[in-house]
Amino acid sequence: MKKLYSNKGHILLFLIPAIILFCGILIAPIVMSGYYSFFDWDGLGEKTFIGFSNYIDLFTSNRIGFMKALGNSLVLALLSVGLQLPLALGLALVLGKGIKGERIFLSIFFMPVLISTVVIGQLWLKIYNPDYGILNVLLRSLGLESWTRMWLGLRETALGAVFIPTLWQYVGYHMLLLYAGVKSVPKELREAAMLDGAKDSQINRYIVLPYIKPIIRISVIFAVTGSLKSFDLIYVLTNGGPFHSTEVPSTLMIDMLFLRNRYGMGSAIAVLLIILCFAFALIINRVFKEEE
Amino acid sequence: MKLTDKIPRMLIYIGLVFWAVINLFPVYWMFTFSLKNNDEIFGENVAGLPQNWIWSNYTEALKTGNMGKYFLNSGIVAVATILITLAVALMATFALTRLIWKRRKTLNKFFMLGLTIPIHASIVPIYVTLSRLHLLNTYLALIIPYAAFSLSMAILVCTGFMNAIPRELDEAACIDGCGVWGIFLRVIVPLMKPAVATVGIYTFLQCWNELMFANIFISKTALKTLPVGIQALSGQYTTAWGPIGAALVVATFPTLFIYVFLSKRIQDSFVAGAVKG
Repeated sequence: MKKLYSNKGHILLFLIPAIILFCGILIAPIVMSGYYSFFDWDGLGEKTFIGFSNYIDLFTSNRIGFMKALGNSLVLALLSVGLQLPLALGLALVLGKGIKGERIFLSIFFMPVLISTVVIGQLWLKIYNPDYGILNVLLRSLGLESWTRMWLGLRETALGAVFIPTLWQYVGYHMLLLYAGVKSVPKELREAAMLDGAKDSQINRYIVLPYIKPIIRISVIFAVTGSLKSFDLIYVLTNGGPFHSTEVPSTLMIDMLFLRNRYGMGSAIAVLLIILCFAFALIINRVFKEEE
Repeated sequence: MKLTDKIPRMLIYIGLVFWAVINLFPVYWMFTFSLKNNDEIFGENVAGLPQNWIWSNYTEALKTGNMGKYFLNSGIVAVATILITLAVALMATFALTRLIWKRRKTLNKFFMLGLTIPIHASIVPIYVTLSRLHLLNTYLALIIPYAAFSLSMAILVCTGFMNAIPRELDEAACIDGCGVWGIFLRVIVPLMKPAVATVGIYTFLQCWNELMFANIFISKTALKTLPVGIQALSGQYTTAWGPIGAALVVATFPTLFIYVFLSKRIQDSFVAGAVKG
């Protein structure tokens, strides 16, 4: 048996497909993206080595608007952590305590996560439609005519209007993670606290929250990196407009690549995105560690 | 129960029901306006059930709008991706959990890196490579990247299940004269059905909904998948909402159908992927 399982040839044979697929599609392209990012390249002709120029341009040129895009995605991150997570946490605490209809509520709240973001985007395009969209129709029927807007077409409201569907879709995701955490709190802990006369709010504050801290940390990381990487919904709803008011790094990257054929610049954005995601994950981990 | 206990309880339920309505309403609205004509959608009957059920919206979306074709394409890509992901992941997991060699823990960690790598990272090089190999506008242009990006999650799930299979079974099969492949194919794989189901569903959802790769690697109408197809369709039908609603329903229905029957398994797979990743 041991001899059979130590045969080098077999080991290699079992691993080779995974290694080829993984390195070929995930690892090698990261290295290549890094390499391309040092060139001025239209994808077809000669590459010209320009060192860190792409990166410097991204951070200094207003015309490219990378800083604006990064700022927008950070606003989305802030909104996610500030609004989406508390809502998700509240739902998780209520459902995790065990109430009637727990499973049904959980399943309903999680459902939007599974629907294609394109479908959700198209649906919200209709909801936001200035003339016939259900939002403005509702406002008009409530006599709030003056509140109706071209939600996605105005610089002031577009970013907020893009955030709402994100919130709508992903609250359920964070809720599910946190719910799984709340459910993993040992029953004895809860019961002991109840015997001591602790109220629900006290149990949540002193027992459940500390217990699920690692999951809260994961949720925060996902909310922040997810906002940095956000693409689908924005692409469908506004594609970065109006006047770049909803531009995020990913939409800018796609623009660079496939509208302007600036492959070096596009690669630089991709590399920065990866670095930023890892950096934020590390920072968030550090913040949670220090609190302990 | 005292009245003071009842009121907060009521408030909690009101809150939950309110959020459930917010979650369900857009989906309900989508189903209803997919069966309405513009007169109803735009004024007479915005939020109610359709008065005349206009099924022709569906035939229009499926035939004129090419949704039938897109649906088939999405199906082909999803099924092929699932099969490749499963085959590759099962083999790798077998080597990582059963076969005996140094550094298998390191390699496992290496594969787990994939859980954190965003698809943005690879889009330019993959695009350039695909275009050099003349593979843009083929099913393979999506299947291979999708399989690669599903691999880490698949290995993660399979490792959990495969570790739970008792090693005595391997021993017994070995004594009965099975080789490595015999043990793998006849003993291990048949016992991996729950893992296969979990990975299958998770991978299906990823492929079915993916937009960025599909949007860039496929430009031929005949090969578009649902997310890209819907984008194209909404460009054609800017004023007729009915057929678009029908298209959205067609794209969403399979997912919701699976969810109704397998909600627990789907939720578990999302938790597993997040918490370990």
